[in-house]
Amino acid sequence: MDMPAPDPAILARRARILARLRAALPAGTVIDDPVALAAYECDAFTAYRCPPLAVVLPRTTAEVSAALALCHAEGVPVVPRGSGTSLAGGALPTADCVVLGVARMTAVLETDLANRLVRVQAGRTNLAVSAAVEAAGFFYAPDPSSQLACAIAGNIAMNSGGAHCLKYGVTTNNLLGATVVLMDGTVVELGGPFMDAPGLDLLGVLCGSEGQLGVVTEAILRILPKPEGARPVLIGFASNEAAGACVADIIRAGVLPVAIEFMDRPCIVACEAFAKAGYPDCEALLIVEVEGAAAEIDAQLALIGQIARRHDPVALRESRSEEESRRIWLGRKSAFGAMGQLGDYICLDGTIPVSELPRVLRRIAELAERFGLRVANVFHAGDGNMHPLILFDANAPGELARAEALGAEILRVCVAAGGCLTGEHGVGVEKRDLMSEQYAPADLEAQMRVKDVFDPAWLLNPAKVFPLAASAARRAGARAAAA
Amino acid sequence: MRPATEAELAEALRDAAGPVAVRGGGTRSPAPGGLPVLSAAGIAGIRLYEPGALTLVVAAGTPLAEVEAALAAEGQRLAFEPPDLRGLLGTAGVSTIGGVAAANASGPRRVQAGACRDAMLGVRFVDGTGAVVANGGRVMKNVTGYDLVKLMAGSRGRLGVLTEIAFKVLPAPEAAADLTLRGLDDARAVAAMAAALGTPFEVTGAAHLPEAGTTHLRIEGFAAAVAYRAGRLAERLASFGPAEIETDAARVAARWAGIRDVAPLHGRAGDVWRLSLRATEAPGLVAQAGAFAALYDWGGGLVWLLVAPGTDLRARLGPFAGHATRLRATDPADGIAADPPEAPAVAALTAGLIARFDPRGILNRAAACAA
Repeated sequence: MDMPAPDPAILARRARILARLRAALPAGTVIDDPVALAAYECDAFTAYRCPPLAVVLPRTTAEVSAALALCHAEGVPVVPRGSGTSLAGGALPTADCVVLGVARMTAVLETDLANRLVRVQAGRTNLAVSAAVEAAGFFYAPDPSSQLACAIAGNIAMNSGGAHCLKYGVTTNNLLGATVVLMDGTVVELGGPFMDAPGLDLLGVLCGSEGQLGVVTEAILRILPKPEGARPVLIGFASNEAAGACVADIIRAGVLPVAIEFMDRPCIVACEAFAKAGYPDCEALLIVEVEGAAAEIDAQLALIGQIARRHDPVALRESRSEEESRRIWLGRKSAFGAMGQLGDYICLDGTIPVSELPRVLRRIAELAERFGLRVANVFHAGDGNMHPLILFDANAPGELARAEALGAEILRVCVAAGGCLTGEHGVGVEKRDLMSEQYAPADLEAQMRVKDVFDPAWLLNPAKVFPLAASAARRAGARAAAA
Repeated sequence: MRPATEAELAEALRDAAGPVAVRGGGTRSPAPGGLPVLSAAGIAGIRLYEPGALTLVVAAGTPLAEVEAALAAEGQRLAFEPPDLRGLLGTAGVSTIGGVAAANASGPRRVQAGACRDAMLGVRFVDGTGAVVANGGRVMKNVTGYDLVKLMAGSRGRLGVLTEIAFKVLPAPEAAADLTLRGLDDARAVAAMAAALGTPFEVTGAAHLPEAGTTHLRIEGFAAAVAYRAGRLAERLASFGPAEIETDAARVAARWAGIRDVAPLHGRAGDVWRLSLRATEAPGLVAQAGAFAALYDWGGGLVWLLVAPGTDLRARLGPFAGHATRLRATDPADGIAADPPEAPAVAALTAGLIARFDPRGILNRAAACAA
């Protein structure tokens, strides 16, 4: 994975750029101390690191606008940052960039229960949005695993999902409006406190644009009434095929669970050792959760049980209590931590059509064997969003490269099966150079044209999402024009 | 021009000497005068349907009715409930799925299941230069690259001509119920709808018909669940008066088809406007509008208004947090813009996108809506 070399002309102007930022922004907003900058050298994709030129942490839309306008005038690239939880390197800096963090912008600006929406500053964490409306019986639906830490700004940049999006959708389906600052400092309002708007859906294309089109400073989010209750059932199978077929049959039957989670044997063993969730000893495990009143939950779980029995489950356990539900989910939610105890791992995020699950799982096992690496699978089966975890030893020479090569092969299998490279983590730098596997040149060209419009100088998070070769001319051209 | 394949369409656009009017089924706007019509209706057929994966991939020219029949045969449906606005707009023609997508046409279930754009997983389209572009895919979770699917949804053919769309579909429910409240004024009706939409009973429709004096709430799902939720919802709404509960499937469907298609405004003289706004602000604005008739959908977040011909509703209402769009004009040349003006920065982004996707300016420059 390469990043473009820093622009020596920018590095040479460092003192002047910092002085201008300090003059334009309140005291304490600009960080350039090398020790403090180290905290921003990477996000949760930790394999690659680089401290930025500076970090700015504004508190208002006006300050964000001032910082961006100044960087625009100086021709300095800007890397926006939410909470830095990206698994794809979306907030990875370059040495010549300014990191613009929204972590100090955390206020709830408006709670409108009658219209079921909240307006927040975009640095507020995902869970803190739900917390702000919980007492009134509402919640914010998208629930990425990092929800305790991740910021709404990052959720919007990556169009984050979560375990419950089979029923509630992902960020884009729960975002009504945004205050956005463009690279030149212009402030635009997209969408608003209403359910549709005339004109082009600019909010729709902004969401998931990985911080390349603008910096979101405020968001209007849809909130939903909390369900009366929820309860999972645990179903163990003798094969991945049986579990995959059961998922398709459940969906086919007209039940719409809020979550269908899938774990294979390596993952079950690791999670059980770690969390003692009482998981059965089997090849594949489904956790299916349904919502509603007690009687509705009973009826849905009975139907799911009936369907599961057609696939010869080796275990079937309905949760009977809050405590049991908590334990069942604890195992699943600690999956990444449990795998971390086994060694280093790369977490993939490819999505496939649900019908392809058994075939793709077989193919992953074959590839793992060929590469001599272990792969565990844990994923959102209802929507086909896989998370193969490739285990490797970072201290063994060459293993990281081998793990990355296996990861690329697995993602190619996902694309060939009719799926995509990333279901919820984003492209970032991690999958940037695989984009050509999924998209033809004309498809990438169409996407890059959108960036041309929002950020003609290609200064905002420039070396992400698109293969470096595909965006090279645009990045160089914009730089030459600025010089 | 009526190309039968995407390749033919691409060739037609590459070769086009000047502006064309892109059409689906022509149900959403009268045929524009003077321009050659480019119909996408010839590019038709269901390409892939996997009920177990809730996925449908369909060519853009496929009639909506054909799509809905294919889904119904498997007990599924388009959750966003596309409206049939022919009766409201006084148009004819056969609605196509591409036209529905290009208009982001969404019915009462918008409040619970999302809009058409929320159900769209992938698109193929031909831009104004004749280049074929694919974006998104056929899986429910996909953040690979920019989401041009949303950009194309509701773009009315201004950036390109849709040729294929992948949809997330949903199971059709086993049962449905309609709760009717009577005699509420508009403000009380909106309060009742907000209360209902704030319950955990998954209300899938909330509409108020001022002329009939009725307020309607819909619940859908498994039969036992519908009975339970309808009963509980009626209890919660007791302060708004007794709720009549209708559970006959055909009658519930007919009532909500009427709301979806804005039937109370059909065949009546005047201009038709559509407001998108905060539900709680709707009653005040409706009072200000001086309308002949109104219909509240989406819990009041969408209001259809019938007003005197030539009324400049935007001027009359003044600024508010929302939009007013004119869908049917008695005299389209009366100088009142159909769409609300955009803020300068937003207009600049829109113009920039159109300039790049259609540099010759040949696609639907009058923003004629193709459905």
